[in-house]
Amino acid sequence: MILRLMAAGAAAALLAAPPAFAQSKSAAAPQTVKIAYVDPLSGPFAGVGTNLVRHFQFMTEQVNARQLAGPGVRFEIVTFDNKASPQETLTVFKQVVDQGIRYVVQGQGSGAALALIDAIDKHNERNPAQSVVLLNYAAVDPDLTNSKCSFWHFRFDANTDMKMEAMTTFMKDRPQMKNVYLINQNYSHGHQVSRVAKELLARKRPDVKVVGDDLHPLGQVRDFSPYIAKMRAANADTVITGNWGPDLALLVRAARDAGLNANFYTYYAGVIGTPTAIGAAGEDRMLQVSYWHPNIAPEYPYEKLYLDFKKRFNEEWYAVATYTGLAMLGEAMRRTGSADPLKVAYAMEGMKMDAPHGTIEMRASDHQLLQPLWIASWTKVGGANRHDIEKTGYTWKTEAAYPTFVASQPTSCQMKKPARPQ
Amino acid sequence: MQNPHGSSELAELGEIRFQPWNVGRWILWGALALVFALLPLFFSRGFALTLMSQMGIMIVFALSYGMLLGQTGMLSFGHAVYSGFGAYAAIHAMNRIAAGTLLWPISLLPLVGGLAGAFFGVVFGYLTTRRAGTPFAMITLGIGEMVFAAALMFPGFFGGEGGVTGNRTAGPPFMGLPWLSWLTFGPQVQVYGLIAVWCFVCIVAMYALTQTPLGRIANAVRDNPERAEFIGYNTQRVRWLVLILSSFFAGIAGGLTAINFEIVGAESFHAVRSGGVLLAAFIGGAAFFFGPILGAVVFVVFAIALSDYTKAWQLYLGVFFVLLVLYAPGGLASLLLMNLRVAKFRKFARLRDPYVGVLLGGLLLALGVVLLIELTYHVTLDIGQGPLMRLFGLPLDTSAPGPWVLAAFVLVSGFVAFDYYRRRFARCWHDVQVEIEDWIRENPGDSPR
Amino acid sequence: MLSDTLSQLLYGLSYGLLLFMLASGLTLIFSMMGVLNFAHASFYMLGAYAAYQVSQWIGFWPALVIAPLLLFAFGAVVERWGLRRVHKWGHVPELLFTFGLSYIIVELVQVIWGRAAVAYRVPAELDGPVAWLQGYGITFPQYRMFMMGVAVAMLVAIWLLLTRTRVGLVIQAALTHPQQVEALGHNLPRVYMGVFGGGAALAGLAGVVGGNAFVTEPAMAGTVGAIVFVVIVVGGLGSLLGAFIAALLIGLLENFGKASDLTGLAVLARLGVDLDSGSALHSVLALSLSQVAPVLPYLLLVIVLIVRPKGLLGTREG
Repeated sequence: MILRLMAAGAAAALLAAPPAFAQSKSAAAPQTVKIAYVDPLSGPFAGVGTNLVRHFQFMTEQVNARQLAGPGVRFEIVTFDNKASPQETLTVFKQVVDQGIRYVVQGQGSGAALALIDAIDKHNERNPAQSVVLLNYAAVDPDLTNSKCSFWHFRFDANTDMKMEAMTTFMKDRPQMKNVYLINQNYSHGHQVSRVAKELLARKRPDVKVVGDDLHPLGQVRDFSPYIAKMRAANADTVITGNWGPDLALLVRAARDAGLNANFYTYYAGVIGTPTAIGAAGEDRMLQVSYWHPNIAPEYPYEKLYLDFKKRFNEEWYAVATYTGLAMLGEAMRRTGSADPLKVAYAMEGMKMDAPHGTIEMRASDHQLLQPLWIASWTKVGGANRHDIEKTGYTWKTEAAYPTFVASQPTSCQMKKPARPQ
Repeated sequence: MQNPHGSSELAELGEIRFQPWNVGRWILWGALALVFALLPLFFSRGFALTLMSQMGIMIVFALSYGMLLGQTGMLSFGHAVYSGFGAYAAIHAMNRIAAGTLLWPISLLPLVGGLAGAFFGVVFGYLTTRRAGTPFAMITLGIGEMVFAAALMFPGFFGGEGGVTGNRTAGPPFMGLPWLSWLTFGPQVQVYGLIAVWCFVCIVAMYALTQTPLGRIANAVRDNPERAEFIGYNTQRVRWLVLILSSFFAGIAGGLTAINFEIVGAESFHAVRSGGVLLAAFIGGAAFFFGPILGAVVFVVFAIALSDYTKAWQLYLGVFFVLLVLYAPGGLASLLLMNLRVAKFRKFARLRDPYVGVLLGGLLLALGVVLLIELTYHVTLDIGQGPLMRLFGLPLDTSAPGPWVLAAFVLVSGFVAFDYYRRRFARCWHDVQVEIEDWIRENPGDSPR
Repeated sequence: MLSDTLSQLLYGLSYGLLLFMLASGLTLIFSMMGVLNFAHASFYMLGAYAAYQVSQWIGFWPALVIAPLLLFAFGAVVERWGLRRVHKWGHVPELLFTFGLSYIIVELVQVIWGRAAVAYRVPAELDGPVAWLQGYGITFPQYRMFMMGVAVAMLVAIWLLLTRTRVGLVIQAALTHPQQVEALGHNLPRVYMGVFGGGAALAGLAGVVGGNAFVTEPAMAGTVGAIVFVVIVVGGLGSLLGAFIAALLIGLLENFGKASDLTGLAVLARLGVDLDSGSALHSVLALSLSQVAPVLPYLLLVIVLIVRPKGLLGTREG
């Protein structure tokens, strides 16, 4: 029995060795700030997750090479696989805390984001000396910066409401738009898109009729033709959808197959894999709202980053929130001269910075990043629209560019802030 | 020997009783309780505690599934429905406790989950147990898919994508005793303690159930339903009752999940959860009572711990599962018991050397396979991160031929060694089994002592 | 409008026929060997990926022939080295073997082709709407018509194979009297291997034609897997014709369901019943048919299994 217990202990020590090994090694280098990446790296969402890891690693190299976080400060990304499950996210968070990592980046799934915010709030309250900060680069549920906001959470993507604000502003100047059809996935994200679309359309284009509001089960529908038929029957000339992944690709392809001449306004047509799946079907049909696309100007300083990333990884550099997130974090560390999460969090509040797409500001009241937004249409590569997306022969063309103040939304956030550090 | 049903092996193993008191039973259960109690002393880091907590929950869940599959022969693809409802009931109760509208101790919250699970066991069970075998499996599949789709569609009760969150520390002090107010269940070690107590109680309860007439008749229904009908038992009623009890314990597991994570989402109903408990029960050996316990621990190691070290964990789990189905369909428990039988007949010494050879060869082969898989995964899925990777703490350059040659060499030599020793072992094993079978045939009803 | 309904009918039929292509292989395997092949949807996925790869190297039309052949070989290997070994343990281990196999296949596909969707496209010559239907105001893609054609051709081919060839007669005999067939000197294990390979090839063919119409990505097996089981159970385990009818039924049900905005509340209102918005049933009945349509097949599965477990035309209960 004693021998077995000793053996068990030895096994446990061996299990604990690799992370310990990694930790001790980096402690010898100049100050390294570890950042935990918590997102799906296996399972059905792994494609997006692994691509985003490369975004972060690329950005970390930029930060380290240009000393963006201050002299001698380096970033290091440590990946954790949460398998797209909120419960698994909590398990993984325990490991993050165990390894002494104080900064977490996450974005795939508002469900996991909500779980993480809840866990971080509780952890920071119970262990103020080991506080953790969450940088959210893609979870767009508006609640995260409204009813469920938290001092320790910073969002770098424009949320659902902001994106819809930009979309509907664009629609204000399109008198040919008369009948709008909404189709979304039947879960919170889809519900949010549908809700805010109706709200903002009623405010900005009361003359437009919402002729349909469909919700379909997430990831289950192969054949969207009946929905297209309904759109045609309702004479819809515009479709707004928050769909992503195969749900979006199949929707757009079904529209093309059925010859439906409606404009599809999307949120997620640029996510890795979707342009490939849509291809020519989106031509003259598809638009997206995003905070960046590779053709935003004939020439711009960050174009080199885009090309470098593409050449190295053979994938699109589209999640620029990974850049703004780490850049702002680095800037906050540089200004405060510290890597302490409390100081850094207060430094990030209200910070204004230059980014690949313009001037950005982290609003102090709800920790939502305010940034310019673009409405872009899917079109053949040519002229100023020079960067081929995922070798499809198509790319994004700017239809409208909106400065920061346009899409900013009021907030209902009443966050409890900890005492300011001295 | 190669019967996946456990009963014949157990019968051959015979009963081991000590005289004058049956201290064997007390020692076994006592040792189990002791292991549960002492584990946190050796594994005290946050992640290790979380892992052990999840193992505890999975043990209860897998045992409840073992009641269905192993004891009654009901293959269900939708068992997560009951644990999911249990979890939701517990988290809503937790929120009501925190708000003060419900007077119920947090430590007894799993009971709420159990009752919810049992309720749905009554409702869904009535529909599903009208059929047996494949139709039953298919119905459970259909119900599982429907409940999952419904969970996403009704955010009011199910909390939408974020699920429902709760706070386990917000209730009144334990038993209302002020000197126990440190027992808030905030720290993970206290949650582990709670889970360990519930796990132990559930194991005892489910074991006791197997010894009751219901448990025995469930076995009869599994082995020969027609005959069970002839001796006067309504097989549908028996299956329904077993399902209700099984869903009760599944609900308890769900309630423990709610306490452990303080968040419950639609993923609790997902087919992956149902598949996971099936895998866990089968890996351990569903036909034996303690099989699912083993399987739950192994499954948690694969699914949660292993995924930290490698991206290929799903492949390893799948391969491990398939190998088990091919060569040991009775699960790990059957492997253990077959060897125990050999030990009881005092022939284990003959197998010792071949075993060592097989295990070493197998280890080498596994190492080669792991090397190859990890190298391939790095090259195909981690491109752009550079050719360097770390395996077991050693740096490897995937662009150089060195690691590949090493992997191939280890693989081939491991295969050769494993095959050689496997043949020797198979011969030895066969001889031993023939001797044992002969002895049993010549001495029916006797015990080799 | 009539053209709308006709268009809906065509779409529903084409989707149903694709489901039938998938289900036919599964039915054959089940009626022959009694094993519910959980890896069948993974064979569908492998077929799509194999067709993608072959069409990258050679072209789509050769892929239409080569990919199913590759799947036939793969299925035969799986049967010979895997399923045959498990056969003696019974049906549950066989089912679990295929269950584990599906996990492995998904991982292998990701290792070889990556985790994102691949650009497996409809060939240019089949792209675009059917010309003569345009005249009637129906826009129906040529590729869907092609899919329907392949499915019908496949059904005819299977029927001819089973009833008019020697191999088919042996297979039919082995379905009901395996021992006699073996006693007559036929190599029964080889027949099993051939049938399993054939089932896999049919799934692969479905993947070839379905993979480019719908997105080809590692998660595609999971989404069709459950529906296929619904089809064969509703149609009746073991009946090919039943699977055909059930597939069409489910395809049409889903499509017409999605197109309808009918809600339970509307039905009740028609009957003169007004439900209070606070009641628990309200949120359930407020769901429109188009929201629940993709989940309707499972409801049908549960109802059929409870009421008539043999399915529509089944010969055995499983």
